[in-house]
Amino acid sequence: MKVNDIAEKIGLAVTVAGDLQKKVTDCYISDLLSDVMAHSKEGALWVTLQTHPNTVAVAVIKGISGIVITNGRQPEPETIKKAEAEQVTIMTSPQTTFEIAGQVYQILRKS
Amino acid sequence: MKRCIADLHIHTCLSPCAEVDMTPRRIVEKARAQGLDIIALSDHNSAENIQLALDLAKEENITVLPAMEVTSREEAHVLALFRSAESATAMQEIVYRALPAGVHDEQAVGYQLIVNERDEIMEFNKRLLFSATGLTAREIIDAIHALGGLAIACHIDREHFSVVSQLGFISDDLSFDALEISRATGMDRARSLFSAYASFPWITSSDAHQLADIGSRTTAFFLNEPSFEEIALAFKGERKIEWNQG
Repeated sequence: MKVNDIAEKIGLAVTVAGDLQKKVTDCYISDLLSDVMAHSKEGALWVTLQTHPNTVAVAVIKGISGIVITNGRQPEPETIKKAEAEQVTIMTSPQTTFEIAGQVYQILRKS
Repeated sequence: MKRCIADLHIHTCLSPCAEVDMTPRRIVEKARAQGLDIIALSDHNSAENIQLALDLAKEENITVLPAMEVTSREEAHVLALFRSAESATAMQEIVYRALPAGVHDEQAVGYQLIVNERDEIMEFNKRLLFSATGLTAREIIDAIHALGGLAIACHIDREHFSVVSQLGFISDDLSFDALEISRATGMDRARSLFSAYASFPWITSSDAHQLADIGSRTTAFFLNEPSFEEIALAFKGERKIEWNQG
């Protein structure tokens, strides 16, 4: 399952297109960046409310396949700039983290 | 130079998590008894007990700095120190506009008391002071600086409500004047945990929520006088800073 497949299935809006062909092998959900740094796995889709530019650095360090910002929140302009520079995919959704998580869980379990 | 003992992070009874006997009068008296030279009263997202504390400080031989512990939208706590009550009040206006609407539940969360010099309750603050504001950490730091204040990253060693726990690390866009280490962590351990931030001035403070904790952790500043300006110079590296671990 690739990032753009999941984006299409769930209806995520792509704010910054990094490598949309990247394989999504896991999912991690947390709003604490320190926790993501400690526990997320390579290839994970990261679902979060955080919009700060540090999310991009954490995504790069951890090999995150894509960031999904929920609840209609939008990334900060600086976050978008950094994501473009680092080729990190950022997607947004008006849905809650719970709703996104349920759908991603179903998709990853089937693939 | 005078060695000034400072506890720059103390909550009053205006913070819902603080004990109700944390009135400005009792805090100032306790701080004097502890031999402190400088204290900062830093309530969550409010400064409504500050003026009283400043008035009381004139009677006692102690310097009180107006302060506030502001919660960012990332739920990181930023300690703001100000030169005057006016600046703190101006910050409070920015913060109040950025707090969510709603009425504080004092039964569930705790009382938010504005008191007078006789420790009488003048008002129950009904705002959601314990909530996160809509302001990013950066917006808060910039607002503090625009008002001539100092911005300190609160208790960066803690696993919640710290800029490090919430945002993973302190990025270059966050122009903090100093970092605070909580009572939970000793200097040696802090030095090894946060070696990446060695270039920042570090302070440590009690984050007292009850009278007994006031002065339990302090920072010593070597200053010409116990004032906001001298602490600002210390953060610029022009005055010496030392920890007191109690």
